Amino acid sequence: MIEPISGQVSMTDVSKSFTLKIDGKLQNVQALKSINFDVKQSEIVTLIGPSGCGKTTALRILMGLETATRGLVTVGGKVVNGCGYDRGLVFQHAELLPWLTAAQNVMFGLEMKGMRGAELKDTAMRYLELVGLQDAANRRPYQLSGGMKQRVGIARALAIDPQVLLMDEPFGALDAQTRESLQGELLEIQARTKKTIIFVTHDLDEAVLLADRIIVMRAGSVQEIIEVPLPRPRGDLGALRGTALFAESRYRVWKALHADQAEAVH
Amino acid sequence: MSKAQAMTHTPASSAPIDEPPLRLKREMPKWAITCMSVGFVILAWEVFGHDINPVFGSYPSAIAVAFWELLKSGLLLSALAQSMKAFLLGYALAVLVGVPLGLVIGRSRVLEAAIGIFITGAYAMPLVALVPLLVLWMGLGFAVKACIVFLMAVFPIVINTWLGVRAVPKTLIEVGKSFVASDFTILRRIVLPATIPYIMAGIKLAVGRGVVAMVIAEFFTAISGLGAIIINAANSFDTARMFVPVIVLMVLATGLNSFVGFVERKVAPWQSELSGRDEG
Repeated sequence: MIEPISGQVSMTDVSKSFTLKIDGKLQNVQALKSINFDVKQSEIVTLIGPSGCGKTTALRILMGLETATRGLVTVGGKVVNGCGYDRGLVFQHAELLPWLTAAQNVMFGLEMKGMRGAELKDTAMRYLELVGLQDAANRRPYQLSGGMKQRVGIARALAIDPQVLLMDEPFGALDAQTRESLQGELLEIQARTKKTIIFVTHDLDEAVLLADRIIVMRAGSVQEIIEVPLPRPRGDLGALRGTALFAESRYRVWKALHADQAEAVH
Repeated sequence: MSKAQAMTHTPASSAPIDEPPLRLKREMPKWAITCMSVGFVILAWEVFGHDINPVFGSYPSAIAVAFWELLKSGLLLSALAQSMKAFLLGYALAVLVGVPLGLVIGRSRVLEAAIGIFITGAYAMPLVALVPLLVLWMGLGFAVKACIVFLMAVFPIVINTWLGVRAVPKTLIEVGKSFVASDFTILRRIVLPATIPYIMAGIKLAVGRGVVAMVIAEFFTAISGLGAIIINAANSFDTARMFVPVIVLMVLATGLNSFVGFVERKVAPWQSELSGRDEG
């Protein structure tokens, strides 16, 4: 028997259909059609595709917030059945609890996991430090900028020490500068914590900069899986953008994303 | 992105030259506006009230005299104590029952469908019509009064809480779910704090309804408390005296309302920050 490796993720033949009411008629909408992919331990994989392609649905199924209509999802060798502490989710708009301070927001997940007392505080502070927010621990969300909120969101998800970090377009609502610095920080954090990261985005540059592999999705299917040949650690992301290797990878993903339009010409 | 472009984004850090001295923006505080408004109304009432036959109307100075007499005789305070006991018990029960009930109805699809319709209906129930029935069940004493207050006050609290729960963003619930929180924990740690502004609005609405219910109860059951003073004064055409409990109740309800607002700012200090309103 093969020992399951922590941080390994696999989706096997996963389908998902929703029942929606369209024009007064109930209709089945197929959000995912037989998705297959594996993610290795400590790998960063980005899911990219146009809106409605099913990338967020795939992530929500991985998290356990939705259940697959068919197929098998495993994390660290265990079948996913609802949410669990082996996975941490970073939300699109951070979704901090507005009545709690930054530190208390990080503690929230830990408390749910059963941690109490001094250990609880120390752990929360350690993760706030990891995202560079130790000085903002007592601020409430309305006193934090968009980028800081998302840092707290990352700290909250990481604090429970999950095997896999799932991120749903976490930098999509941030301004360009903040997004770039957070991308760099995320890579540093990943280098230190060695977490497996599955990252949903619709930003081509972001997908290439962060990922070891990019899963291009279209209309509920995996269209192509593209290896990113950029070295790790990535170093200065600004400089990386200027390299031929980046441009080439970016073009390959761009082509994959526009493949349907090439077909549509016929 | 080129370096030159990045350079232009660095904020200018030149020292301000000849900046005008900081002027504090002075706005008239809200309480001052309220005091002026109340003062104006009392003054106008005093000026024009004198022209009205004292049976048909009264004016502030006459009411003040009647207030002093009622206070001196001890009647006002004992009546107030009698009324407030029934009011506070009914009102406290309404909060204790209404908030959890609203939370549960808002969270459960089945309970919402099964019980929601009764709550909405009961909110519009003409309670006065049912008072004789309540008297048959509970007699004329203290219990029936507290019960009438409870029945009038509980429904706005339930309905507001329920609406508040439905307005909680789904993603906040998912934060709880993503950390494997139980339904009860999600209710207590996420839904309840997120619903506080709605709950407080319901509790404030219930003050007014509770006060009305209390007077109705004192009219239609054993005549007692402030309601008794109103009825007795009205029956002897002593209009100034009749106005005393009416105004005392209005002042009391207003005070209770601002007390609830004070409690809200204590338990939910983030709320006024979120909405950006100063509640001075």
